[in-house]
Amino acid sequence: MSSVLVILEIKDRIISRISWEAMAAAHTLAESRGLPVDIAVVTSPTNPILAKIQGKPPRTIYAVDHKLLHAYTSDGYTEACAQLIAHVKPAYVVLPHTYQVRDFAPRLATRLKQVLISDVTGIETHAGASAAPTFIRQLLQGKLNARYSHTGTGVCLLSVQAGAFRADAPAGGTTTVEHFEPKLDAAQIRIQPGEPFRASAQTVDLGSASILVSVGRGIKEEANLPIVQELATALGAELAASRPICDAGWLPMERQVGSSGQTVAPKVYLAVGISGAIQHLVGMKGSQCIVAINKDENAPIFEVADYGIVGDLFEVVPALTAAVRKVKG
Amino acid sequence: MKIIVAIKQVPERDARIRIDSAGKWIDLQDVEFNLNESDAYALEEALQLKEAHGGEVVVISAGPERVGKTIREALAKGADRGIHIESDDLASYDALGVARLLAAAIEEEPEDADLILTGLQSDDLGLGQTGVIMAEILGLPHATLILKIEKTDNGIKVLRELEDGWFQHLELPTPAVLTIQSGNSKLRYATLMGIKKAKTKEVRRVTVADLIHNDPEVKPADPVVILDQVMLPSKQRTTQMLGGTPAEAAAALVEKLQFEVRAL
Repeated sequence: MSSVLVILEIKDRIISRISWEAMAAAHTLAESRGLPVDIAVVTSPTNPILAKIQGKPPRTIYAVDHKLLHAYTSDGYTEACAQLIAHVKPAYVVLPHTYQVRDFAPRLATRLKQVLISDVTGIETHAGASAAPTFIRQLLQGKLNARYSHTGTGVCLLSVQAGAFRADAPAGGTTTVEHFEPKLDAAQIRIQPGEPFRASAQTVDLGSASILVSVGRGIKEEANLPIVQELATALGAELAASRPICDAGWLPMERQVGSSGQTVAPKVYLAVGISGAIQHLVGMKGSQCIVAINKDENAPIFEVADYGIVGDLFEVVPALTAAVRKVKG
Repeated sequence: MKIIVAIKQVPERDARIRIDSAGKWIDLQDVEFNLNESDAYALEEALQLKEAHGGEVVVISAGPERVGKTIREALAKGADRGIHIESDDLASYDALGVARLLAAAIEEEPEDADLILTGLQSDDLGLGQTGVIMAEILGLPHATLILKIEKTDNGIKVLRELEDGWFQHLELPTPAVLTIQSGNSKLRYATLMGIKKAKTKEVRRVTVADLIHNDPEVKPADPVVILDQVMLPSKQRTTQMLGGTPAEAAAALVEKLQFEVRAL
């Protein structure tokens, strides 16, 4: 029987949070199509982590194991997953939209003569057995949403964005673990991966700050940074930034919030001159209160903001600093 | 070293968003176009490799007549020649269809490339897949989110960005396909001399019909995945907009932070 296959990702020896979200997305899809959910994890079948599979129980857990998969390579994962899909014959494959999935899943889809629907933020299910689901993803850096559908009879692959689906609460059930050993040959792995490393020791812990003042492209020049620093000082906040500011070297990378930087959830996140591209939003949308100051009233940052000020940050920020100083004396 | 850089022309970041009458894209009237940001970094990496090791940089792009301008801009920055796949209906292709067109035009090159570079994703569709799909079609190894490329004796060594501030080095044999992350180097501007020279550089124009004729793998648009409709996003939170003069808005915000959020 065909199924919805979720490929979970292990990070720092635990199954990552976004993997559980992918599993919740898979259950939504499976329920609408009347299909069971199967899980695959690239790990040894004896890994105790497999006993900790949360949420609604899957039918089968495939432990995909081979010595050539111990270090991640796009070549190894593409081939192993292609063989697994040929074995399981799922109707849908759901993956978490991580940097690793971005690296191999488009290649996997191509090998299956399919196209990955990447970075999905919503699944629309429709009543009726013949009505296929539709998928929502963002365009133009989050300024537009699009509805996509999959055609044909082949397997449909999708990757889901971090934070878009709520992981299911644990539920009991019986699951069998099956060892799947793909046929891999060392010659198929053309890439030699090195050990992952962290560039520099983190000296700023954005995660512990209760207020963050975060600055983006709208600040225009490095020479303008003092106006946001002054606001941060007045608020007793840490200064953070979106990627372009750190890329330009105006602030160190350890102050970067977003998918390639830190994920934060302070009491107040004040976004100054940040348009709110997806990569930034995934790093801060869990904040308790989000304030956005931006000249463009259509900037996607306002979609997640609790308070918004449309205006020139060079006028609004100094006014805000003055107002904060007044109440804090 | 021969390096091919696949580049895309996209609506500029501040473009006004109005949905077109078909409901499938934005109205492009009065929209200005730019070179996709991460593609600009891919071009910069290619030009730096050429400066260090010699060789040729070829840019390739697909799209209507207006794409010619973006190709010329790349030539003005120092690319040696261009390939323009002319198509007015690229939107009817899915990512696999577009990658097949690019791969087919690349395969027509008389001399194989050592490297094929492109940006990690486009600023408009944001699929983040074209480079990786091309690699599979061409049977080449690939790596994504690359920040640095070094030539080695039998291939390349690259620096790949991972999540949460982690990085990794990879070694790949050439030819290979790499997708480049934005921000690692400073982008160059075209010089006056560069702009002048670009006018005489070769741009090979190919049509989709030519590519279909020459390569049985290339087909007219036959998408597996279809964009049905675009919509303006709905709000995830209720936003209270604070209006008035900057001083009034600032005072209103401070009051909210003090008494509603209780953060001050």
